[in-house]
Amino acid sequence: MTSFWIATIGAGAMAFIMKFSGHSVPQHWLSHPKIGKVSALIPIALLSALVSVQSFSEKTTLMIDQRLAGLAAAMTALLLKAPFPVVVISAAVTSAAVYNWL
Amino acid sequence: MSIKISPTLRDSLSVSITVGAYGVAFGAAAVANGFSVLQASLLSLLTFSGASQFAVVGILGAGGTAISAIVTATLLGTRNALYGVLMAPRLKVRGLKRVVAAQITIDESTAVALGQESRGPEEMRKGFWYTGIGVFVFWNLFTLAGALGAQTMGDVRTFGLDSAVPAAFLGLVWPRLVGKFERILAVSCALFAILMTPILPAGLPIIATAFIAIAVGLRR
Repeated sequence: MTSFWIATIGAGAMAFIMKFSGHSVPQHWLSHPKIGKVSALIPIALLSALVSVQSFSEKTTLMIDQRLAGLAAAMTALLLKAPFPVVVISAAVTSAAVYNWL
Repeated sequence: MSIKISPTLRDSLSVSITVGAYGVAFGAAAVANGFSVLQASLLSLLTFSGASQFAVVGILGAGGTAISAIVTATLLGTRNALYGVLMAPRLKVRGLKRVVAAQITIDESTAVALGQESRGPEEMRKGFWYTGIGVFVFWNLFTLAGALGAQTMGDVRTFGLDSAVPAAFLGLVWPRLVGKFERILAVSCALFAILMTPILPAGLPIIATAFIAIAVGLRR
């Protein structure tokens, strides 16, 4: 089994366990305010890390390429309060333009 | 004669279709990063949580291990457990219905349900089920469409798909950056992860930032 299959099945199983546990554990277990605070911060940390790593590296090498232009386009779209699909498409179009024509 | 659509159903449908359409970006990104169409579809059917799915695809695509992909996806999925805690006393379901309810417990179904609070508990339940099932259907259909579409492309960089994944992450984190504290945390974690990338095995710099979040969250 390749790592792609292990990740596909493993992530699916863990995602369901997470969701189901919320519906099943006694309510007071997870109602501590610290838990709410921390769980709001975890996605911020992970998603931000994913933005930079996915934009500026290839495997374990740092690099700057057309993805920087894509990221700048996405950020501009977000600042202009564009909806999510517009954000993704502007990044793709900008990045493709830089890659193909520069 | 006109057909009456309840406000709850209208909210649910508009969220389902717009959010479901992001599935195209996921399906395409998955295939662009080396996943098969079947794997992309299974990720959407089984994991069914956008940020976690993009994490799996991004980390493996960047050469990370299955374990770091699963750990990152699971850490991103912890918030769904808290949504379950919020929804369980309102849904009051058991058995198979609880299994289905758990699978569709995501940002959108919880948000629409909580958004119907002024319309009463019955509308909250409806909002949860309509949105959860609606997003599930559209997200999976669009994932398949995106995956099949990307399969026909050669070099994904020609279509800018290498920039779609980081843009998706940016779009997902943006609405969460509500205050100065959140913005500082975001920039610090982004910097930390990229600086650690040449030093640590792929995937670990990302997971490490979750512990930064836990540490600052507990101290605050």
